[in-house]
Amino acid sequence: MTTVLQTHSLVKRFGGLAATNDVSLAIERGARHALIGPNGAGKTTLINLLTGVLEPTSGTIALDGRDITTLAPHLRVRRGVVRTFQITQLFQTLTPLSSLALAVSVHRRTSASWWRRLGSDAAVAGECETLLERFRLLDVMDQPVHALAYGKRRLLEIALALACAPRVLLLDEPVAGVPEGERQEIFETISALPADVSILLIEHDMDLVFSFARTVTVLVNGAVFAEGDVGSVAQDPRVKAVYLGEADEHGPGIVHA
Amino acid sequence: MAASPAARSLAGYARWRWWELALLAALPLSWLLLPGQSLLLNEIAIVALFAVSLDLILGYAGIVSLGHAAFFGFGAYTAALFAKNVMPDPLTGLAVAVGASALLGLATSVLVLRGSDLTRLMVTLGVASILYELANRLDWLTGGADGLQGVVMGALTVPGSTLAGFAFDLSGRTAYAYSLVVLAIVLVVARRLVHSPFGISLQALRDNRLRASSLGISTSLRLVAVYTIAAAIAGAAGALLAQTTGFASLDVFDFHRSAEVLLVLVIGGTGYLYGGVFGALVFKLLHDLIAAWTPQYWNFWLGLFLVALVLVGRDRFVRPWTWFARRPPP
Repeated sequence: MTTVLQTHSLVKRFGGLAATNDVSLAIERGARHALIGPNGAGKTTLINLLTGVLEPTSGTIALDGRDITTLAPHLRVRRGVVRTFQITQLFQTLTPLSSLALAVSVHRRTSASWWRRLGSDAAVAGECETLLERFRLLDVMDQPVHALAYGKRRLLEIALALACAPRVLLLDEPVAGVPEGERQEIFETISALPADVSILLIEHDMDLVFSFARTVTVLVNGAVFAEGDVGSVAQDPRVKAVYLGEADEHGPGIVHA
Repeated sequence: MAASPAARSLAGYARWRWWELALLAALPLSWLLLPGQSLLLNEIAIVALFAVSLDLILGYAGIVSLGHAAFFGFGAYTAALFAKNVMPDPLTGLAVAVGASALLGLATSVLVLRGSDLTRLMVTLGVASILYELANRLDWLTGGADGLQGVVMGALTVPGSTLAGFAFDLSGRTAYAYSLVVLAIVLVVARRLVHSPFGISLQALRDNRLRASSLGISTSLRLVAVYTIAAAIAGAAGALLAQTTGFASLDVFDFHRSAEVLLVLVIGGTGYLYGGVFGALVFKLLHDLIAAWTPQYWNFWLGLFLVALVLVGRDRFVRPWTWFARRPPP
């Protein structure tokens, strides 16, 4: 296994609070890596550091061994570090189709073209169609995004990230706020993501975490608390105590956080 | 082979609508059928061009401005000064004014990249005020408060030909034809622009700048580019005014210019490119009609119209048959 994305002693302080405290994390090629931890553990801060929305107080981030600690957010995306958002971030007046066509054009380096029509390249349209089909958005592709059902928007959120041709995909709570009945559809699409894409998943839904991830990192108070394969982390008594502690009240095993 | 549904839909987004073609056809028809109205129509065409330029930054990229007259005025003074001091050829003057305004747009675009809408309103207002005061103070160059007089324009000639060309006449026939051609060219080019990946990326960053940057789009560069393009078009509008009236005065930088073009765009509607044209037509015709009827109180009626338009909503306002119909249940 080769490491694609690596952080070394990453620290982010907000005043006196260390939201990210000495985090060294390695994401392997093709990883199915989950990042869990109680609320306020610094999971989203870590994603913001990885994507360049925030600048670390100290420490480094490397992609394929090359330092990207101070690289601008949009340039990281072009190198393949792509994220989805916990709170849906879409283009309300565009359609799913034009949003995707734009994202595809960006990774094909034709998005600055101002004379050719969007999607006049058959390859762009073809790629959009594949994504729309995979994410079951074909029937709503021409509706403005603001008119879409919430579940569809969550799917578009992930489809947009995939349209950027990610090498490392950071999924920030992909089923947050999605009703129980619509979660399965999103689970399925996430499980079916291409095997060569490295995925870091932040999620509170433990069913999803333990069915999807092979590696789990537990973050507590901004620091790595435990790390390992799914089995060992699930059995780790310390993890149970700080994070899955409620399990005892509801019987053995793991419950929804 | 039949195109895929996605390819067909994408092509459909940019298809010419019948009313767009009708509008473009109406431009030359107005020149042919209304020869006596050329002066007024020329004014309308210039305001329309100015408003189309504002629509590119406001309607498409979401950048509010209360100082768009900075570029309009800069184009007007550049064209007038060029004609007076360098050469009277209108097309060369237009090109120089467009280039100069684009440079000014490029230089001031950094000021609108950051901050809130309120910041942008103040910054754009400030830039226009600075230019106004500069034009006022540099009276050895600009004529100060008296304006730049004695600008004599050469005849319009087709580039590369040796024909005599068309002199600007008092009835404004040549002037209106000139402005119409520029307006039509800008509309067609801007139409390609807004349907291109670049144009869609502007709408994307207007809707959600965080997400646009998360797709790998350099939002700052895009904003700089569109601001520069809009400044160039506003400069063209200003140049047309100076060239067709043979005059440039401080009025071109004045706050009321910036406010008026915003009003025009609000009347016509933002974000579909033609709002400036319809807005300019309605605004100027209203002005003319009301001013002929009651010259002193024109602002009152304009105000009333604006309040009604905004309260009723533009979509309902232009469809009177829906005013008394029951609204469909949501």
